[in-house]
Amino acid sequence: MLRIQHLVKQYKTGDQALKSVSLEVPKGQVLALIGPSGAGKSTLIRCVNRLVEPTSGSIELAELNLVNLRSGELRKARRRMGMIFQEYALVERLSVMENVLSGRLGYVGFFRSFFRKYPQADIDEAFRLLERVGLDHMADKRADELSGGQRQRVGICRALMQTPDLLLVDEPTASLDPKTSRQIMRLICELCEERQLAAIINIHDVLLAQMFAKRIVGLQLGEIVYDGPPDGMSAEVLTQIYGEEDWEATIQNVDDDAEGSETNIEDVQQAV
Amino acid sequence: MSTSRHWKRPPFIKNPTLRWGLMVCVVIYLALAFGTMEINWTRTSEGIDRGKKFLGAFFPPDFTSRWESIYEGIVESLWMTVTSTVVGIALSIPVGLGAARNLSIKPVYYFCRGVLAVSRTFPEIILAIFFVKLFGFGPFAGFLALSIGTIGFYGKLLAEDIEDMDPVQAEAVKATGAGWLQWLNYAVQPQVMPRMIGLGMYRLDINFRESAVVGIVGGGGIGATLLTSFDRYEFDSAAAILLIIIGIVMLVEYSSGYIRQWVQ
Amino acid sequence: MMTSLHGSKREWQRRATGKQLMIWAGWLIGVAIFVYCWRLISDKTIWMFVEDAPRQAADLAERMVPPKWSYMEQLWQPVWDTLNIATLGTAMAIIIAVPIAFCAARNTTPSRVFVRPIALFIIVSSRSINSLIWALMLVTIIGPGVLAGVIAIGLRSVGFCAKLLYEAIEEIDPAQVEAITATGASGAQKLTYGIVPQILPAFAGISVFRWDINIRESTVLGLVGAGGIGLQLDASISTLAWTQVSLILLVILATVILSEWVSARIRHAII
Repeated sequence: MLRIQHLVKQYKTGDQALKSVSLEVPKGQVLALIGPSGAGKSTLIRCVNRLVEPTSGSIELAELNLVNLRSGELRKARRRMGMIFQEYALVERLSVMENVLSGRLGYVGFFRSFFRKYPQADIDEAFRLLERVGLDHMADKRADELSGGQRQRVGICRALMQTPDLLLVDEPTASLDPKTSRQIMRLICELCEERQLAAIINIHDVLLAQMFAKRIVGLQLGEIVYDGPPDGMSAEVLTQIYGEEDWEATIQNVDDDAEGSETNIEDVQQAV
Repeated sequence: MSTSRHWKRPPFIKNPTLRWGLMVCVVIYLALAFGTMEINWTRTSEGIDRGKKFLGAFFPPDFTSRWESIYEGIVESLWMTVTSTVVGIALSIPVGLGAARNLSIKPVYYFCRGVLAVSRTFPEIILAIFFVKLFGFGPFAGFLALSIGTIGFYGKLLAEDIEDMDPVQAEAVKATGAGWLQWLNYAVQPQVMPRMIGLGMYRLDINFRESAVVGIVGGGGIGATLLTSFDRYEFDSAAAILLIIIGIVMLVEYSSGYIRQWVQ
Repeated sequence: MMTSLHGSKREWQRRATGKQLMIWAGWLIGVAIFVYCWRLISDKTIWMFVEDAPRQAADLAERMVPPKWSYMEQLWQPVWDTLNIATLGTAMAIIIAVPIAFCAARNTTPSRVFVRPIALFIIVSSRSINSLIWALMLVTIIGPGVLAGVIAIGLRSVGFCAKLLYEAIEEIDPAQVEAITATGASGAQKLTYGIVPQILPAFAGISVFRWDINIRESTVLGLVGAGGIGLQLDASISTLAWTQVSLILLVILATVILSEWVSARIRHAII
């Protein structure tokens, strides 16, 4: 699905954010990218849809090399990659519906988008998605009237409106409370399952990563230092990624939480 | 699930009567405004020619032939700018303090607000007309007009800035047992100072630009020279004056950015 | 802040000695400049007139009351003109200012090397020149009248509106634009979905703010022949019709207060 080879990103300031990263994500796999701030997580996923221009290396999305695309082709390629942002990045002064529909911008022409004349199929899909995340009654509210969790759900709908093959998710829970964080993570994972989407989720919360992802990649100073299943996250691995600290408590907690979460799988729908 | 739901962007103004009413009002207003504007098209079309000539005068402008009066006017404008800014700001500080609701007592507050309202209402140029009548031609009239304008501008912003300051910091200083002046010095001044210095520079800029027009009514400065050169159709001298004004304004703006950085 | 060890006592000074000296020197230079400027102005002033001024003022005030209310009939048209000059001038300024602002903002300019400096120069030129001077120019070029006033107000306001607008554009939240970019939106779509919604409130605020200022400015454009109530003011002053002058001043006062109230209401409704 997505194949990254020897990806290097060097900023103008000389900082090397990514040092030859290679990574492959098969169809339908949810991958959590963990690592301390400044490890290059955010740069990595922004290189994939070229919000950040990679310095060298190749990125292939289903055999299409993204690195050398010209702007028109890049726009087409971006439609296949939905992105979900840390601070939601909704256009705050547009309504929920307009935000969701903006996921179709790559598909409709300028004048259709300017006059908000989207095809009925898009509008149906938007309502279906909003219904799925429990926000269809909020369609005409302005985005800045929503709570954090609601906003992130709108962000998820926007990304899914693109009918993507791949989701790029940048710290989806960083500004949410613990409970909402879990609901959002669960929602993302369920939707990926339903639609067989591959996803790269940047997340600094190791617990959440272990709870929801099937595969964890640890990034440190622009290099991959761990790539494996969640239960392979030992104290040594965490030390390697984050540095010296007492990790036993963290590992302990994960097991408890994983059990607890089985029981309240429904609360995405309940809490609006 | 598959029932099609209709969606339209919700209109900016919800009430349709109000929405359409406003639109109709705007259209009627525009029609009336353009309809009652008396435009002398023959005179206006002649203007295209003159406009070309005027633009041509910028390449190159003529600095030399009227240099003496240009120089004198610019220098006089600069004096007026400096003195009126300094005096205006000095006077506006007590007024501004008095006009801050969280600082002063009711009677003083209303009095100071009144002073600010009065000094803000009339454009500097109208004040200048009257001061010229009272004090005779020359820069003194312009100086007074600009000073009063400065009081209105600076005093109001100072008062608003003080009203917007962080009350917690002010409270903390008061809690140390500071006197009123100490409190001003330690709690109020640090909070409002950076912005007020910036605004002071901005007012200097405004005063310079205004000083170029008070001369039109006899209030001294470059305005008189500019008026003469327009009256005599000496566009190349006028162009020179305009370029000097633009240059000085740019200089003030550039250095004020620098000073503001330095202060913060 | 400076601390230094002095014997066993630690001394504290707010600033380093050099910096303190510099600040004092700065004050000294400032005061010297002020005194010098003041001297030059006072040399050019006939102080006898100044001493006489209070009596003159009293005299003038006496001649100004009561205002000649009947003159009001002839003022409606100029007031209407003044209003139109301000409104149409503001409209014109906004239409020109929007593209200039997008060219001047660092994050939306097509070219930082060529287009941005030109846009910034247009903004500075427009702002440097007072609307009265713009009017003076336009009256010489296209002749006296309301049109000259509208264009003068328009040209003066372009710089003001463009400056505030481009600052607003530079302050937008880049994450929202990034999110729109990530959907595969084109440049024009990024503008309408990512940028325009963010600056719309600032845009409306700026327009109303400038309209308020323009009402004030258009009351005096008539002094140089560019239409509006200033024409009547000029005529009344030169014919020493002081009772008319006082009425005109009252009308200006009312207009300004009214426009301030209206703009405050509109701004309140928008934000």
